[in-house]
Amino acid sequence: MKEVRVLSATGMLGSGFKEDTIRRAMALKPHFIGADSGSTDPGPHYLGSGDSMFSSAAYKRDLRLMLLAGRSAGIPVIVGSACTSGSDIHLERLLGIAREIAREEKLSFRLGAIHSEQNKDYLKDKLRDGKIRPLENAPHLDEDVIDRSTHIVGMAGAEPFIEALERGCDVIIAGRSSDTSIFAAVPVMHGINPASAWHAAKIMECGAACMVQRKYPDCNFAIVRDDHFIIDAPNPDFYCDPDSVASHNLYENASPFELIEPSGVLDTRQARYEAISDRAVRVSGSTFRKSDQYTIKLEGAELAGYQSIIIGTVRDPLILRQLDPWLTQLLITAKQRIEGIYGVGIEKQYRLDLRVIGQNATMGSMEPERTIGHEVGLLFQVTAQTQELATAIMKSVSHIAVHFPIPEWSGLITSIAYPYSPAEIQRGATYRFNMNHVVVPATPLEMFPIEYSEVRY
Amino acid sequence: MKLWEMTRLIRSKNAGPFELTFDIIFKTTTGYEKVRDAKIISSRWVAKTYGVDEALVKVIEYPAANAIKVTIPRPIISGDILDSDVYGGQQHGPFVELEIH
Repeated sequence: MKEVRVLSATGMLGSGFKEDTIRRAMALKPHFIGADSGSTDPGPHYLGSGDSMFSSAAYKRDLRLMLLAGRSAGIPVIVGSACTSGSDIHLERLLGIAREIAREEKLSFRLGAIHSEQNKDYLKDKLRDGKIRPLENAPHLDEDVIDRSTHIVGMAGAEPFIEALERGCDVIIAGRSSDTSIFAAVPVMHGINPASAWHAAKIMECGAACMVQRKYPDCNFAIVRDDHFIIDAPNPDFYCDPDSVASHNLYENASPFELIEPSGVLDTRQARYEAISDRAVRVSGSTFRKSDQYTIKLEGAELAGYQSIIIGTVRDPLILRQLDPWLTQLLITAKQRIEGIYGVGIEKQYRLDLRVIGQNATMGSMEPERTIGHEVGLLFQVTAQTQELATAIMKSVSHIAVHFPIPEWSGLITSIAYPYSPAEIQRGATYRFNMNHVVVPATPLEMFPIEYSEVRY
Repeated sequence: MKLWEMTRLIRSKNAGPFELTFDIIFKTTTGYEKVRDAKIISSRWVAKTYGVDEALVKVIEYPAANAIKVTIPRPIISGDILDSDVYGGQQHGPFVELEIH
């Protein structure tokens, strides 16, 4: 029976996995080792700035074990969405780490680097041609938004990975990619039924996340065949059951039934999940509908300003019983003082926001319950076009807030507890996701140039 | 009885930076079917509780995992200046204490 055995090293490169688990999994003779390295979960900072979620040391530890295992077995190692956001800066960071490992471990391999960062002129042409369209709840997109973005990436499908594999790459490191493409490429290339390949890929891209209890990040293993696939944890400490595997389709998806990929839609409505032992699950019955149009999802981020923040707390019962009007008056007074310093018009150059911790700081406008307890936290936030201005303004806010009166007390009061000196904390640049759109490329490869190189040590 | 007592997991999470999704995974098929059939988790209840437009609330029944999924647009994009929960992971509180009769 034709099958492709898939080893997922971990749900996110840099989060770790056990050395013992990858050793056990390698004994099961996988056809390749994959890992996703990206996410939009931690917010727009990473795509906006070029920074990564994990340290280079953390990426290096995980990638080293993958490369050693892959090279010793002679199977491909595939990593997608390099270093969180998969722009060119992120890709170069991970390529550098891979080369460092090769030098230290005396490894040789053919390396494919898939670029996902998008050219702004290309995107503007596509926008003019009506080849970019919005997805659910998308913000407005025009040429100015494209120009303002610090980085824009496309989410690669399986095709660039297949191209690199067919050109003989032993190691593929890609910029932003759909999480599933990393794991679907090899099975699809070997002609496995795409429904089985994509559904298995959806489970594998999260590493051990589909286990009944994922106690720590670790590897996962799947045997993918035309009419079904089997998930069997290589870690003896972990197990999955039909519920845990079926539940995984819910995770961070708008719908558990449909997974939209560049080339088509995985539909799991008819999927069956059966236990084949007390730890392994067999999945069958999904379908894959090829889309009429091949589409690539875009992610973009732009600078939203620079911030300075203050965290303080209030415990005085008399302030707390009039908290809302007291805070409203405090903010008005602070804004008047700032206008007094900088003149009329300054209000257009900054914004002052306040979060009341203990009231609605978690859910904001969606919070149905607004009663407070015996103390609240206050998080003041100034956003301005420069860090200097944000901090300068916050220094005035800080002083007004800490001595803001209530009618019940006479004399000078100190109305907020500040845990830090100075009270204000410089947060640096803050970014904003500015796209939720798809592009229709002329071919699945045109947005993802692949660079090939021979690494020889 | 509160909804959480019938479930093995209630969670919220981003479904990408522009949408927020809630998973209510029941302990038993009986519990799932009871809440599903009583239409307790409805787009109207979600709209009223979270202050969002009812037409934009999606309630999805997922029997394969004895689960009900609710997806709403994020009022603020993940990580934007006024966002309070970048991962969207602490928005499920009102579901936890929902009263089931």
